[in-house]
Amino acid sequence: MDLISNIPSGPIDKKWESHKFDMKLVNPANKRKYHVLVVGSGLAGASAAATMSELGYQVSCFCFQDSPRRAHSIAAQGGINAAKNYQNDGDSVQRLFYDTVKGGDFRAREANVYRLAEISVNIIDQCVAQGVPFAREYGGLLANRSFGGAQVSRTFYARGQTGQQLLLGAYQALEKEIAKGGVRMYTRTEMLDLIVVDGQARGIVTRNLVSGAMETHLADAVVLATGGYGNVFYLSTNARGSNTTAIWRAYKRGAAFGNPCYTQIHPTCIPQSGDYQSKLTLMSESLRNDGRVWVPQSPGEKRPPHQIPEAERDYYLERKYPSFGNLSPRDIASRAAKEACDSGRGVGPGGLGVYLDFRDAINRVGRDKIEERYGNLFQMYQRITDEDPYAVPMRIYPAVHYTMGGLWVDYNLMSTIPGLHVLGEANFSDHGANRLGASALMQGLADGYFVIPYTIGHYLASRKFAPVAPDHPEVRATERAVEERLRRLVGIPGKRTVQSFHRELGKVMWDKCGMARDAEGLQRAVSQIQGLREEFWENVNVPGSGAELNQSLEQAGRVADFLELGELMCRDALHREESCGGHFRTEHQTADGEALRNDEQFTYVAAWEHAGDGQAPILNKEPLTFENVHLATRSYK
Amino acid sequence: MNLTLRVWRQAGPAAAGQFVEYPVRDISTEMSFLEMLDVVNEQLTEQGDAPIAFDHDCREGICGMCSLMIDGVAHGPMQATTTCQLHMRSFRDGDSITVEPWRAQAFPVLRDLCVDRTAFDRIVQAGGFVSITTGNAPDGNAIAIPKPDADAAMDAAACIGCGACVAACPNGSASLFTAAKISHLGHLPQGQPERYRRALRMVAQMDLETFGGCTLFGECQAACPKEISIDTIARMNRDYIFGAAFEQEESRAGGAG
Ligand SMILES: Cc1cc2nc3c(=O)[nH]c(=O)nc-3n(C[C@H](O)[C@H](O)[C@H](O)COP(=O)(O)OP(=O)(O)OC[C@H]3O[C@@H](n4cnc5c(N)ncnc54)[C@H](O)[C@@H]3O)c2cc1C
Ligand code: FES
Repeated sequence: MDLISNIPSGPIDKKWESHKFDMKLVNPANKRKYHVLVVGSGLAGASAAATMSELGYQVSCFCFQDSPRRAHSIAAQGGINAAKNYQNDGDSVQRLFYDTVKGGDFRAREANVYRLAEISVNIIDQCVAQGVPFAREYGGLLANRSFGGAQVSRTFYARGQTGQQLLLGAYQALEKEIAKGGVRMYTRTEMLDLIVVDGQARGIVTRNLVSGAMETHLADAVVLATGGYGNVFYLSTNARGSNTTAIWRAYKRGAAFGNPCYTQIHPTCIPQSGDYQSKLTLMSESLRNDGRVWVPQSPGEKRPPHQIPEAERDYYLERKYPSFGNLSPRDIASRAAKEACDSGRGVGPGGLGVYLDFRDAINRVGRDKIEERYGNLFQMYQRITDEDPYAVPMRIYPAVHYTMGGLWVDYNLMSTIPGLHVLGEANFSDHGANRLGASALMQGLADGYFVIPYTIGHYLASRKFAPVAPDHPEVRATERAVEERLRRLVGIPGKRTVQSFHRELGKVMWDKCGMARDAEGLQRAVSQIQGLREEFWENVNVPGSGAELNQSLEQAGRVADFLELGELMCRDALHREESCGGHFRTEHQTADGEALRNDEQFTYVAAWEHAGDGQAPILNKEPLTFENVHLATRSYK
Repeated sequence: MNLTLRVWRQAGPAAAGQFVEYPVRDISTEMSFLEMLDVVNEQLTEQGDAPIAFDHDCREGICGMCSLMIDGVAHGPMQATTTCQLHMRSFRDGDSITVEPWRAQAFPVLRDLCVDRTAFDRIVQAGGFVSITTGNAPDGNAIAIPKPDADAAMDAAACIGCGACVAACPNGSASLFTAAKISHLGHLPQGQPERYRRALRMVAQMDLETFGGCTLFGECQAACPKEISIDTIARMNRDYIFGAAFEQEESRAGGAG
């Protein structure tokens, strides 16, 4: 497989500008002749669908929820980065670029990251113009806060509901285009396979989740914006429906999967309370602006937090990383929390928690100010734990949050299947081995509002498109494969529920491919997952039929895909004999327990290629070069 | 704790529905209401029965996907809380709990506890947006927005579109939902050019769907998990009346044509 990144030549700050000029254009009158499918209506999908429709393309957009407004992006709390430098604190495109490359532990493509930083400023303007009610200062100008991994205040926010407000902005733009007839929206519709004709992505097969009806949609290009796959761990901060199906099906049809093992474990989540737990709730990282993280000095401490004197507390982030302190990047903060708990100093049930304490901040700025900044988060915490975080420190623990890996794409956001474009969390680009806080929203909207509208035109103008007949053999074969699989799933005379398989897979992934990984564990995980997958196809119990609203069947299809993806993630983690960002191999660490990269051998993107069921996947490499930010050991000390 | 659930079961949109009773044992007070339903569904599946279909996604009170009338109250007994954020500590051992879908003509039942809320999307399509296209926005700080206005816009924009307001309203009115969007955009300078037109169109669409009229019962505000204020409805009515007056003038002047 050839991995052609299509990075434009020229200096980094001119690449996107000159590429925009070099790309082919589709004449306005011809745009309506092209039909593009956009799968997903989160920040990436909704912004892409709305903008392409504004340009004149015919767009069909799909989501599995009952409304595009409910995509998982809605849950983002903390904020969105942009290099506006409104605070006059030294920010710039160059600095956002630098922070993101460094934050990603030098495993992202420089050119993409630079473009992201450049576009970031347009996103804020766009969203303000749509009526997104960002937080403002008394003077009426936009407010900012700082976020992990940055020393400037560049994060824009709308209370603790930034994702909600940005998504509603994109959703409203999408609804505007639906009303105009430019977009046809398919809600409660799940993409189950990709149709590839003559080597080009030309359509998808979907299932109507209400009636169970299968439908085929043919078009000139397909855009996947289907989000991340953190739910492979069963417990994560993702919405329950978030899944890998769309990108996994595309992988099996020939799209390379980039860096599947790069997973972000977020340091500030509410700890698990029981086996029935269905998801983990994030407490926004913005809390670390005012909260101080600590554990008791001595293992097995039994006193309640307020009785532990100052001298017997270990504010371990401030101690270990004095220049970033509580705002250390996520991978570092998560690992430090794990270390504290592994040393027996964890707090709460099972010792799986650390304190996030607002006492000092409340004394400093007053309860009102803290309430204004984080009121809804404190309320959410109280609701879940029945504890009052104004009075006792929060207990937090790391949880799976985001997947930096995803389908490999070139500079134009096109996968290795021509015509198949991938946006947002579903692609692998921009964040390398670790994503900085408030950068996912930025990336999703950059991809959707400002990149794909240009690059899709270039793709469409560069090729000829013969119409695909509905009875084309490839179309029929794909439809049959989907039907066959659904029939198989409901026909297995098994005993175990889908959820029990998912939970078991999640445990294997968390134990062996979570915050710390080693070769032996990963090898074991590969065989455990293979065994579990076999059992699944013999012993899963999927009640009901395919011809009705059947949530067990929806879940079964997603879990079946997770059972394959999990293995690829472990294989990727196994092959990467280094520690970088969220990927921490215990065999590769410095004397003081920090990640030890191996730049000589691993400065590349691992792009895995499907070689057939039961075959080992093929590893392809896209070498990464760092010409503008010098490869250096990442330090936050 | 042990409970008895009375759950509305309905096989499809056209099927007749009925309540079915399920005894539920060993529920932890730490569980959320939906996790309790997960446990019931696991048991039903193991027994070879059809699990209960219910909508949910984020499970943190923000996507608006979950619903449920719990003992006749939209999102259950806890104020300002969605069903997914409701925990079993709000109930007592031995309780019998009745669980129904949203009941409203404009929200037909799809199966069990899932309803069709696409009417909300159509109300937004009618005008719940600012008509700008991507790429031509001025600098974000070009227009200063007084903090109180931005805050008031945000208060209204916090609506999650769950439909509890409709389910709680004796008339099945969508006024709070519609008014929240009109208020959000109406409080901001960006929303001014289309302010009155937006109110006219969104209200007209609301009437076209089979929502009932608003007689200011106020049940919507009490049921709203995001505590959207009923004051937004007064604002919507004002904008609507203004809009209606302007529109007459405009059409008398022959419009722009
Ligand atoms: C709790 C939480 C808080 C976060 N906070 C922040 C933050 O403060 N700042 C930040 O930058 N990032 C944050 N993130 C990360 C960020 O929210 C996500 O990475 C981002 O929103 C993903 O957007 P997306 O458009 O790529 O995908 P999503 O929003 O996940 O959308 C996926 C879409 O694809 C559809 N879909 C999926 N599969 C299929 C299929 N098979 N068929 C049809 N449709 C399908 C879904 O219906 C949905 O519409 C947070 C994440 C979480 C979990
Ligand atoms: S499931 Fe999202 S609000 Fe309840």
